[in-house]
Amino acid sequence: MKNHSLIYRSAKLGLSIRLQNQVPKILFVLTIITLAAMVVNTCVGEYPTPPLIVIQTVLGIDTGNADYAFVINNLRLPRIITACLVGIALAISGTIMQSLTRNSLADPGIIGINAGASLAAVSVIVLFPNFPPGVLPLSAFLGALVTTLLIYFLAWDRGLHPVRLILIGVGISAVAGAFTSLMITFGQIYDVSQALVWLAGSVYGRTWEQIFAFVPWLVIFVPLALIKASELNTLNLGDDIAKGLGSKVELQRSFLLLISAALSGAAVATAGTIGFVGLIAPHIARQLVGGNHQGLIPVAGMTGAAIVVLSDFVGRIIFAPIEIPCGVVTAVIGAPYFVYLLIKNRQ
Amino acid sequence: MSRSASSSAQKLSPSLTFPVAGLIVGLLILLICLIFSVSFGAADIPLHQILTAFIQFDGSYEHLVIQTIRLPRSLLAILVGAAISTAGAIMQGVTRNPLADPGILGVNAGAAFAVVMSIFLFGTSAPNVYIWYAFLGAGVTVISVYTFASLGRSGITPLNLTIAGAAISSLLASLTTGILIVSQRTLEEIRFWLAGSLANIDKGIIFQVLPYICIGLILAFGLARQITILSLGEDIAKGLGQQTLVIKIAAACCVLLLEGSAVAAAGSIGFLGLVIPHIVKFFVGVDYRWILPYSAIFGGILLLVADILARLLIRPQEIPVGIMTALVGAPFFVYLAKYQVKK
Repeated sequence: MKNHSLIYRSAKLGLSIRLQNQVPKILFVLTIITLAAMVVNTCVGEYPTPPLIVIQTVLGIDTGNADYAFVINNLRLPRIITACLVGIALAISGTIMQSLTRNSLADPGIIGINAGASLAAVSVIVLFPNFPPGVLPLSAFLGALVTTLLIYFLAWDRGLHPVRLILIGVGISAVAGAFTSLMITFGQIYDVSQALVWLAGSVYGRTWEQIFAFVPWLVIFVPLALIKASELNTLNLGDDIAKGLGSKVELQRSFLLLISAALSGAAVATAGTIGFVGLIAPHIARQLVGGNHQGLIPVAGMTGAAIVVLSDFVGRIIFAPIEIPCGVVTAVIGAPYFVYLLIKNRQ
Repeated sequence: MSRSASSSAQKLSPSLTFPVAGLIVGLLILLICLIFSVSFGAADIPLHQILTAFIQFDGSYEHLVIQTIRLPRSLLAILVGAAISTAGAIMQGVTRNPLADPGILGVNAGAAFAVVMSIFLFGTSAPNVYIWYAFLGAGVTVISVYTFASLGRSGITPLNLTIAGAAISSLLASLTTGILIVSQRTLEEIRFWLAGSLANIDKGIIFQVLPYICIGLILAFGLARQITILSLGEDIAKGLGQQTLVIKIAAACCVLLLEGSAVAAAGSIGFLGLVIPHIVKFFVGVDYRWILPYSAIFGGILLLVADILARLLIRPQEIPVGIMTALVGAPFFVYLAKYQVKK
């Protein structure tokens, strides 16, 4: 144990962090991969831009070409940064959810949180076509929150049993899906098309305002997730041991569920329902750095960012000029991965 | 052999009167609901007109409405309701999973995806062609979900099955949405059907699905005894000399025929297959020889009532009947998940 971890303790902050040795290295590599993917993603499109120009423009160096600057700064950069941030949020949310339910196949999509967020957002798009841009994320977030609370209270029976949480989540998800269908049936065809793009999970046409609306959620809840990582480690030992170690099990579980819902709700609010990221990213991260959540959460976050950026890239180029929403791409990658996990779990 | 058969018949006979009487009462309720269903609508038609529409057809507006719109729709509701509920009962029996329901397990999503694909790729627009794609989609999904669930640790548990179904549903829903985004024509064509609805159905669709549903139901009733044995557990069934694999495959074919036709005719109607078998079991116990016919009759009644409500609640608009069944079924699902699933 002695040589395998990096340890930082601060009595003043009441903080103790123990990371596996390889975590910084892996984080570094993942960040490089994500950044490279972001640059490539920025270069490609109907109006190609050379990579060097992209980097110069992002760093604020004047390249003397106003067209490049416009395309990069106003059209592509917001989209790609959104993809990266959404990936981080979904992955961390998924990591927490898998730990909480002690089921490595859970993710906020399957649990029904995304379905609630989608229902709220689609209702806004269809019922109030002239909504101001700020309303959509807010309503999606409220939808996620209300759904989480609903699932939480329905699943509560002298404690929050993980299996009940999953099953009730699936049920609630089916109901929210039925109502989303209702909206799609009765809406104006143009609004419905808009709603569908959003429902499939897409970072198309995102703006800086949307990023600025999203960032506060990350700034609050990602650090909270990191702080609570040690709690997740404790909970994973099982309720009895966790209680023995002095953890207020139900309170911590509720708090972590709130963090997970806030992150996935904000992500869905920004980019629609991009499924399976919360399922895949934690698994890849676990294979890279093991099960200690203090290392797992940041690594999963970066993995999620890489997945969404790459999916967006694939969706843009594979049938160009038609764009496939990145949520469809993650679903196509995610489903086989899900099967692989089922098989692997068996052994 | 003959002695055991006769002794079991003797054992059954005293308790036989109740289930048979129940079936007759069920059929009567079904008939009453059918009459109401034909009578209520955008224009209410007095009850005496209904009978005369058939014995003394005079070509009047009311008589035409009854013959071409109301009656086909009501009959389809009964057929679809019976098909879905029986399929749900078979699924619950074979998998011993109280939460099994074609909707939850992704069968609807599979059928919907196949139909949307067919419209997108080949411009299909006739329901009699939908049905084949719906069968195909439902079939592939049933097989995949069961295969995937059985790959999981500890095999086909309710949890594995539910999660596999949710994951496959979510994949197929994504792909369906992807297609609908690319092709607005497909969206126009399909969206009302997607939500699960009996409105604006073509009279011919009944005759398209009727043979499949009938074969499915007859096959189901024929299998009932074997399903009862299988529902005791695979080990016991094998111990009693049952070819469990054969029965499972036959049961899967049944579910396919029933659910494929139902989705092709009326789109995705969820929760019905979950709720009805549980209600029925409460009355007739664990013998699938009774559970299956009861499920068929009461499934027909419930969907018929749901359809009447769907037409009446926001007149002159209509709620897709799939929403109505979700409203009734969801609380029930939550109840089951909370109190019936121990593991």
